Amino acid sequence: MIPRLSAALDFHGQALVLRAERQRVIAGNIANADTPGYQARDFDFASALRAATGSGAAGQGIAVGVMQPGGRVQPTLRYALPAQTNLDGNTVDMDRERGAFVDNAVKYEATLRFVNGSVRSMLDAMKSHQSP
Amino acid sequence: MSMFRILDVAGSAVSAQSQRLNVVASNLANADTVAGPDGAAYKARQVVFQTALVGAKGAQGVAGAAGTGVRVATIAESTAEGRRVHDPKHPAADAEGYVTYSNVNPVEEMVNMISASRSYQNNVEVMSTARTLLLKTLQIGQG
Repeated sequence: MIPRLSAALDFHGQALVLRAERQRVIAGNIANADTPGYQARDFDFASALRAATGSGAAGQGIAVGVMQPGGRVQPTLRYALPAQTNLDGNTVDMDRERGAFVDNAVKYEATLRFVNGSVRSMLDAMKSHQSP
Repeated sequence: MSMFRILDVAGSAVSAQSQRLNVVASNLANADTVAGPDGAAYKARQVVFQTALVGAKGAQGVAGAAGTGVRVATIAESTAEGRRVHDPKHPAADAEGYVTYSNVNPVEEMVNMISASRSYQNNVEVMSTARTLLLKTLQIGQG
């Protein structure tokens, strides 16, 4: 019973962890905007989420029995291709990073709302609805 | 929790950028220095940034829990020749009547300062976004 209750939260929980992870990677890029030789990193969120939840197709919603404590799948970090080259070998494109940062922050918040929504509907379902 | 790492990463960048601003300030202050305590003219200084892993001791196995922060590796001294001005009446003039000033280029320093302050602002913004998201995460299931 309890695993089935929490299974609805697993998918969004994984998405939240990956969003936080991507936020950290982008923050690292922004922090290293002036470091000589630094290569900007990022990962593909969709494929990382698919790997973490084990669901084959995107948008499949609930993933069952994939949350292993401590043993999360690591997203493969890739290198960003710079739009303009820099003499010091730094490949951070500040406009791209800022865009990605804001985009990721908004989607993190969206995921939070999904989690809140499923918690609320689960709590609603547990309440006894007696007519007043 | 990688959200807390963001504060470490952005914090390291903010402190590195403020060190850069500090160096720019001391360069600008010494733009017209004739000689330092050692008798030689002041040489412009420049910070060299380096990527540093912060918070690598994370117990969880979440995607290499360390964040890529930044630190000041060294402060390099410019080796350019100082500005030489012919002024025989100056007390610091040498035998040929030339005075050697510092090699600070104020225009370069101003540009460096603007760049440092922009980077500083960017990282402060990152910190405030991370703070907002963390506070909202704390409220899961309350609303």
